Order: sequence, then structure tokens, then C-alpha cells
Amino acid sequence: MSKKMKVEKAYKPKAKILKKRKPNRSLVGDFFLYLFLLGMAFLMVFPLVFSVSSALKPLDELFLFPPKILAQNPTLDNFADLFVTMGKSWVTFSRYIFNTVWLTFAGTAGHLIVASMGAFVLAKYDFPGGKTFFKVVTVSLMFSGYITQIPNYLILNAFGWIDTYWSLVIPAFAFPMGFFLMKQFMEGLPMSLIEAAKIDGAREWRVFIDIVMPNVKPAWLTMIIYSVQSLWNNPANMFIYSEEKKTLVYALQQVGGGGIARTGQVQAVSIVIMVVPITIFIMSESQILETMASSGLKD
Amino acid sequence: MKEYIKKYFALRKHNFQVGVKKAKKSKMCYAFLAPYALVFAVFYIVPLVTSIFFSFTYYNILEMPRFIGLDNYTSLILDDDIFLKGVKNTFMIAVITGPLGYLMSFLFAWLINELPRWIRTIAIVVFYAPSIAGAACLVVFSILFRGDAYGNMNALLMEMGIIDTPILWFQDPRYMLPICMVVILWMSLGSGFLAFVAGLQGVDRAQFEAGYMDGIKNRWQELWFITLPNMKPMLLFGAVMTITQSFGVCDVTMQLCGYPSTDYEARTVVTHLFDYGFTRFEMGYASAIATVLFVVMILCNKGIQSLLRRVGT
Repeated sequence: MSKKMKVEKAYKPKAKILKKRKPNRSLVGDFFLYLFLLGMAFLMVFPLVFSVSSALKPLDELFLFPPKILAQNPTLDNFADLFVTMGKSWVTFSRYIFNTVWLTFAGTAGHLIVASMGAFVLAKYDFPGGKTFFKVVTVSLMFSGYITQIPNYLILNAFGWIDTYWSLVIPAFAFPMGFFLMKQFMEGLPMSLIEAAKIDGAREWRVFIDIVMPNVKPAWLTMIIYSVQSLWNNPANMFIYSEEKKTLVYALQQVGGGGIARTGQVQAVSIVIMVVPITIFIMSESQILETMASSGLKD
Repeated sequence: MKEYIKKYFALRKHNFQVGVKKAKKSKMCYAFLAPYALVFAVFYIVPLVTSIFFSFTYYNILEMPRFIGLDNYTSLILDDDIFLKGVKNTFMIAVITGPLGYLMSFLFAWLINELPRWIRTIAIVVFYAPSIAGAACLVVFSILFRGDAYGNMNALLMEMGIIDTPILWFQDPRYMLPICMVVILWMSLGSGFLAFVAGLQGVDRAQFEAGYMDGIKNRWQELWFITLPNMKPMLLFGAVMTITQSFGVCDVTMQLCGYPSTDYEARTVVTHLFDYGFTRFEMGYASAIATVLFVVMILCNKGIQSLLRRVGT
């Protein structure tokens, strides 16, 4: 006992971090592991930084030999040029933005409502077929969407939804990942909360809207970011043919097709595209982590 | 024996009746689940079943599907050299980037777990950002690895005197796949990583303290005996995500190396599927490819899951 006291005393004048350290950690190990982590963090962030700096480079700097990593005279010309280039195209740039925003919004909103309704009953009630259904959803997480792409085309064709927004919006409702995370998160919701509301005379729909939904906010946000991520990055080239219904990512590919002189503009578009999902993620990070804590696959 | 069978059926009947009664009572549950179940069935289950069905037929959309038995599968394996190339590439990518990406996700999640809160928040964004920005950000690699002397990689190597003519990174079969793998690894810290970070936060502190008492000497022992067994559900979830992604690889190779790529050197199973499904409209053949991919993914998932259950024991 006295020995332990001594150790504590010896640590007292040192920094707070050292005091908090776990007793079974070696300093050398810490040093090298965190050095490694720092190096990896630098590698991970490098392409993103490089992307931003290329978007800020004037044209002559993009073709400098030897090329520089960071822009010497950063300018916003590329972003301005982008609007000029897109202004000349048959479909205006704002239309692409509108398409992407509309698809993302409609798909995400529908997914949020439809999937949380289903997840709610699966998580909180025991009814025949419920467990089996959830198992099937779990299996669908195990194969990527590419497998079902061809029959999906045939089905959308049968509905007459090819070349309409519905071809992207409606399938997004069923996105299994969001459903899975929502259901796992709702498991943690106390049943007594629901029962209390029922005793007070609330119908199922009221319980869902007033009790369940406000309590699973973190799961919503997670659902939203996943759905936004998949819809926002969707080039929409499989099911949509009309130029005026294509998305921002598709436009990016088109600008790139304009040749090597457009390099700066392509970078500018990619900044425009990636800024939205990253911002949403940064703003809702803690809630997403809260949701992911219940994401585990139990047997 | 007869009595036994009788009893069995009686039990079955009883169970069924109980089930029906329960189902009648929980009408509201079905009503809530119905919209999702409907969309899910139409866009996930029905396509899967039809895909398996079409894989045994010749179908080109214009004519009715014609049943041809296993012909699609035999020609896939015996005659289609490009498919085998795709299988080889996909397999290489999956075997290298899958486990590496998974380990990276876990290692980084574990290392940042002990950092102070505000650094951790930044670190999570730094590591996760590539997988969000990914698709849009791929263009940057075509600048870094541009085939002429203005590309950063070529310029760097020429400055250092390692090469004297620029390398065509995305046309030369020697470099295509390795570069794609690096890019895939860069993007591989996705939802699995987030699940790990969250799972590590949830491990009970008391267990670590009990571990110190019981003589756990260093961080590695702690990892194996305490942290990993506590994380099993997250590990399973991360594995599912990783396998699905690494077998479904196509975005990166298509955007970087082109579609079709030089000499089909960067072809993967999914690009082959697109080629037959959406360019040549041989739906039967494409469905056979999809079915093969589906079976491989499910088997691989089941295998990895039974392996992961043994962690920490």
C-alpha cells in the first residue's frame, strides 16, 4: 500500500497526461506507435490536401516542372472558370446541383421514414417472421449492390421508371445499412418508455412519432449521412439517360473529358462534391459514433 | 414410429396455430414493417432470385429467356479468359487490401482510442474522410500519377534520377493493380473503422483494471485477452463491410485505369459484369457472373465469421 502511495507522489508534479497513463504501457512503445499514427495520418490526409491545393492552382502552376505540391499563388479562378464552362454547356451547372440535391433529399427522407418504421417494430416487438426478416437484411449486407444491378434494371424498366428520378430515389428507401443500424440502435431503447406512453393512451403511430423518434436522434443522423453519401456520390449513369436529369458527379466526369487544360476545374468540382458529405460528418460525428456503438453483429 | 410422426405433426400444427394467432394480434407490426419490406423485397430479394434464375438461361432482353442449363457457367470458367483475368485481379485485390484494410481500421481505431478527446475527434475525421470523399477525390490520383513529366510521381522519380522517361502508370500492367490497391487501402477506413472506434469506447473500464491485477503485462496482452473479446460483434460487422467492399471493387479500377482498361489488365469481376450486362446486354451470362460473385461473397463471409468467433480464446 505504502509503495503505491509513493508512486503516486512521484507522478504528481508531472503533466496531466502522464498521470492518467495506464500502468502497463511502455513510454518507448507509446512514442513509436504514436509516431507511426502521425505518419499515417499525414499520408491519409495528403491526397485531400493536394486536391484542395490543385484546385487553387492557376493553370501555369499545374504544368510547372518540377511540379509543386502546394499552390504558390492560390487563386479561386478555377471555381470561377467552372461556372463559365458549365454555363456554356447545354444543361446548366445549377441544374446538375439541383438534381443531386433533389435526389439526395428525396431518397434520404423516404429512407428515413420507411426504414425507421420497420426497424421500430423489429426491435421492440416479437412477431412471427420478424427475426427471419432481419436475418435476410443482415445477409443482404454481405453482398454488394452490384450483384442485383441487372435485375434491378429489368424491374425498374417494368415499372417504367427508367430515366426518371424514381429509379434512384425508390431503391434508396431500402438501403439495408441504414435499416440495420437503426434496428440495432433501437434495441437499446427501454421498453418501459413505450409501455408508459401506451398506458397514457397513445396509439402506435403516436408512440412512434412522439416517443421513439426523438429518442433515436443519433441513429437518424447516421442513417442520413450514409444515405447522403451513397446518393450524393451517385453518377446516375446506369438508369438515367437524359442529360438534364444527371447528377453532379456525372458533370464532374464530363468536365474532365474536356482535356488536360481543365485539370484545375476538375479539382474544383471535386472539392464542391466532397465538401458536403464531409461537413455533415464533422457536424454529426459524436452522434454517429454513438450509433456505431450498437452496430455489432450478434449471433 | 407412427405415433412419433403423429406427435410431430400435431406439434407442428400447434406451433403453426400459435404463430397465426400471434400474427393476428400483431397486425400493427406488419403494417409498420410493410413499406420497408415491400421496397426491400422488390429491389433486393426479387433481383437476387431472378438473377439466379436468369443465370441458367440465354437472355438478351429482346427475346424471351431460353433455358440452356449450365452452359453459362461452363463457358464462364472454360472459355472466358478475360473473366479469369478478372477473377485473378479481384482475388488479388481482395486478399491483399481486405485483410490489410481491416487490420488498419482496427489498429488506428485502437491507437486513437487512448488519445485525449479533442485529438481523437480530429483523428477520426482525418482517417474517415478519404472513404467519404473517395469517389470524388479519385481524380487527384490521376494528377499525382499522370503519365507525363508534369505528374508529381514521375517528376519526383526523375528528379531523384531513378527513371529517365516518365512512366505511364495507368497503362502499364506492372503498375496498374498496385496503384489501385494503394488507393483502395487509402479509402478502406470506412464504417468498420467507425464501428471499431465506437466499440472500443464501450469496453468496460473495470475489466482493464481487473486485468492489471491479474498481471496483464503489456498493451498487446491487454488487446488480445480483454479488448478483442469485448469487441466481437463489432469485429464481425467490420468484417462484413470489408468483404463486401473488397470483392465488389470496380469504382477505383474503372476511374483510374479506364473502362475497358489496357489489355483488360485492371478488369475485375464487377467490371466484367457491367460489360456483359450493360454493354453487350447478355443478361443471362451477366447473371451467371453475379451469381458466382454472390456465392463467393456469402461463403467468404461465413468463413471469416466462424474464424472471428475464436478470437481471444
